[in-house]
Amino acid sequence: MMKTIQGVGASPGVAIGPAFLFQQEDLSYNSYSVADPQAELARVRAALQTAEIQLNAIYEKAVVETGESEAGIFEAHIQMLEDPELVETIQKSIEVDRMNAEKALMDTCEHYAQTMEAMTDEYFRARAADIRDIARRTLRILLGKQMADLSLHSPSLVFAYDLTPSDTVRLDKSMLLGFCTAEGGATSHTAILAKALGLPAVVGAGPAILDLIEGETVIINGRTGEIIVNPDETTLKTYRQKMNSEKDLAAVELSAAGSPAITIDGLKVEVVANVGSVADSEKAIVNGAEGVGLLRTEFLYLERQTAPNEDEQYDAYKAIFDVMGERPVVIRTIDVGGDKELPYIDLGHEDNPFLGWRAIRMCLDNPEFFKTQLRAILRASVGHDIRIMFPMIAAVSEVKKARVLLEESRNELQANGIVCGEKIQVGIMVEIPAAAIMADKFIGVVDFFSIGTNDLTQYTMAVERTNKKVAHLSNALDPAVLRLIAKVIEEGHKGGVWVGMCGELAGEPKAIPVLLGMGLDEFSMAPALIPHAKAVIRKNRVTDCKQIAMDVLNLASYADVEAYLAKIKP
Amino acid sequence: MPEIIITIKNKVGLHARPAGLFVREAGHYKSNILAICGENKANAKSILAVLTLGANQGSQITIRADGEDAEAALQALAALNESNYGEAEK
Repeated sequence: MMKTIQGVGASPGVAIGPAFLFQQEDLSYNSYSVADPQAELARVRAALQTAEIQLNAIYEKAVVETGESEAGIFEAHIQMLEDPELVETIQKSIEVDRMNAEKALMDTCEHYAQTMEAMTDEYFRARAADIRDIARRTLRILLGKQMADLSLHSPSLVFAYDLTPSDTVRLDKSMLLGFCTAEGGATSHTAILAKALGLPAVVGAGPAILDLIEGETVIINGRTGEIIVNPDETTLKTYRQKMNSEKDLAAVELSAAGSPAITIDGLKVEVVANVGSVADSEKAIVNGAEGVGLLRTEFLYLERQTAPNEDEQYDAYKAIFDVMGERPVVIRTIDVGGDKELPYIDLGHEDNPFLGWRAIRMCLDNPEFFKTQLRAILRASVGHDIRIMFPMIAAVSEVKKARVLLEESRNELQANGIVCGEKIQVGIMVEIPAAAIMADKFIGVVDFFSIGTNDLTQYTMAVERTNKKVAHLSNALDPAVLRLIAKVIEEGHKGGVWVGMCGELAGEPKAIPVLLGMGLDEFSMAPALIPHAKAVIRKNRVTDCKQIAMDVLNLASYADVEAYLAKIKP
Repeated sequence: MPEIIITIKNKVGLHARPAGLFVREAGHYKSNILAICGENKANAKSILAVLTLGANQGSQITIRADGEDAEAALQALAALNESNYGEAEK
């Protein structure tokens, strides 16, 4: 009989398949008083060490499967295993209370888990799960037991009371259709992992899901949190269609992503990616990026105590340039300021870091620091099509000064017989209204403009990006912002320089006709958005788009723009 | 015994990755290091203890160090906090 169970949608998507019930292995143990505490202590130490070796292997596997940030959870596990207080408490329980290793371990860990659970924040409840995960791992080693079977033999939906982070790493991802757990919230580890893998997941569905029969057909809807057990034919059909139409569309778009984006009336525009790592760049190519429109370099500078040296930067840039091969790459010089803080540069405290000493402003005042980056870029660009972009430009004089430093960097390298890339274009990120308004005066000084809509909106509307109270004013489709964009494109084309966009607006399907109509040459966006954006471009006609752009530029408000765009047919 | 007071600025507080970095940094020093947040006290080298401090954005933490490298330890932890644990704003 068909039955619906309501859980919490944790990762969107619909999955249909047979249920695989995952039962945790039985790890019951005896409690007894030990005669030789030292021997018992040695057992615990050995088990903790083995657990650490296992976790290191799991971490490596997780980095490959889900990326470094999701794998970070296992680094936290390792740190917990090494916790001096944890080890000390276990030791005391054994030496003073004569507990056996198993009991000392589990009592200590459970104490911490319960402390975490008692805290209000959901984040801490997730940490309780982490402690229990390392406790079970170590206990299993102490008891000499094997891990519970998690091998999927056919594509399945995994149902479990709870999945520990290490359980999820063991699952064979090629057979996994989705997850469902009785416990957990929308920010639980299962949820985060499901999102990273792009699989639907429902969490917090209650113990009822454990009454399922192995192999029973189930539908899960990761958006609504619905779990439909034993669906009837009609329901199954509806969901299959829903699933297939979404999947088919995405698959069709992805298969066409490698082809250029040409409008119905034959205009070809460039669709490129915003990236910040080698992994992003690889993803960009798979998704049909024709190049990189924004390579962020901040990743090299953050989370460290000293500035990255030239060689280190060279290696990092070259690795990404090599992935892109002959495709053009726009690399943005460091863009940080008082909101980020670098231990090796005193940025000082600022009341308004977004209006302060940041990005190019800070770089021009620290020429040696800046030139280290410029030299690394010049060296790495040999054999590639590289374009250097300066962020946060408000005045022509800043570009001129930056260009002088760039030339000095080149001369220094060449004086030492070091080869530099040739024909490197130099451009600016247009994100300050002053630069947009004065766009014509930058002609002759720059080879391109790239519009950063996130900051351009922030500065045009005087809305701090992170302030929720004023967020309703922050829309890149506000006519005020659109007029600046149109102005930059117009002046760029008059002066013979190409104009791109690397802000979020470029990947926004409803904005694409407007931008095509204004004549934008290059659209740069997150790699995952590229296949769909290309599909949207191919459905448009520039002649129609020009009319759309003209109409929109004459509207009075963001609300009017929204209403207008909602009416036009894609 | 030298001590300093730091204010947690990053959004998530002294949790997750920042807590991990804090504990790792403390672990580099020989001194005993104590972190105090309100009524809670924690061994700064213990991730489990530091997490249970419940230090959020805006929390003030007193750090006390006792040992030959106490001053260096306090300086390093203050610098780490100043760097905002390398957290990038979004």
